[in-house]
Amino acid sequence: MLDDLDRRLLRHLQADPSLSTADLADRCGLSAASCWRRIEKLESAGVILGQQAVIDWAALGYSVEVSLRFTLDKTQPRAFDEFLAAARAVPEVLEIQTFLGRVDVRLSVIARDMGHYQQIYRDRILTLPHIADIEALMQIAHLKRDEALPL
Amino acid sequence: MMDLDEIDRQVLRALAQDASQSAGALGRRFGLSQPAMWRRIRRLQDAGVIRGRRLRLDAEKLGFGVTVFLGVKLARKGQLQLDDFERAVSAIPEVQTVEHVLGLYDYRLRVVARDLADFERVLRRRIMTLPGAGEVEANVLLSEERRPGPI
Repeated sequence: MLDDLDRRLLRHLQADPSLSTADLADRCGLSAASCWRRIEKLESAGVILGQQAVIDWAALGYSVEVSLRFTLDKTQPRAFDEFLAAARAVPEVLEIQTFLGRVDVRLSVIARDMGHYQQIYRDRILTLPHIADIEALMQIAHLKRDEALPL
Repeated sequence: MMDLDEIDRQVLRALAQDASQSAGALGRRFGLSQPAMWRRIRRLQDAGVIRGRRLRLDAEKLGFGVTVFLGVKLARKGQLQLDDFERAVSAIPEVQTVEHVLGLYDYRLRVVARDLADFERVLRRRIMTLPGAGEVEANVLLSEERRPGPI
């Protein structure tokens, strides 16, 4: 289904999503028309889902980022659903992931400063339902964050 | 740090969902002229609030069926080990994100692979062999959602 040209196209577009079709065609050695057709095909096949602007929360004053890892009380049959629904209601939660492993759920939480974090942690996180255990990892630095696929 | 008004917030939310929307289309939606909207977006970019764009791809359709979050502890710690480890781990194509964290682990990695066998290959050949790598904890991603955040 995907050929080498598709992959090359996706590699370039992944590295710089703001490239125009003409520039992209140039880099891939394609005509603008066939480049456009290929992108169209990848979009309609659902391979390309879209583009999103990446927000820098630090530039908006959110300097604290914490990764909270939860194990849930699995004796409660609705533990996951109820926990996830409650976590979605916390505005400072940026990411929610569920796992197979020692950790059940991970939340990425941002705050303006440590005081603000403590307030969110006490009032919004510790009150989430069915928590058996919490571990916190405090973010020091993002060293690689492009989330590119190795195409 | 930048202060946002209500229109800024709505524009940010809209672009975080779909960055391909033109200034003209956004302007019509929020009742601004195309040049006024363009200036607003430009201002958000210049202030670093919009850090860039990310292409959203369907990893599974591209053959990447497994995502694993790894917690890595360094066996030895010193300035040199940190630099060597960070450089080497960031160069692995399957490693999508590298975060330096404080807590149970020293680094948090997001790793993508074709399947579990492929993941095992990446883990054994590329990650366990990194300079200074010690204890590793793996959690296989089951589901993930990104939230809009506090805007």
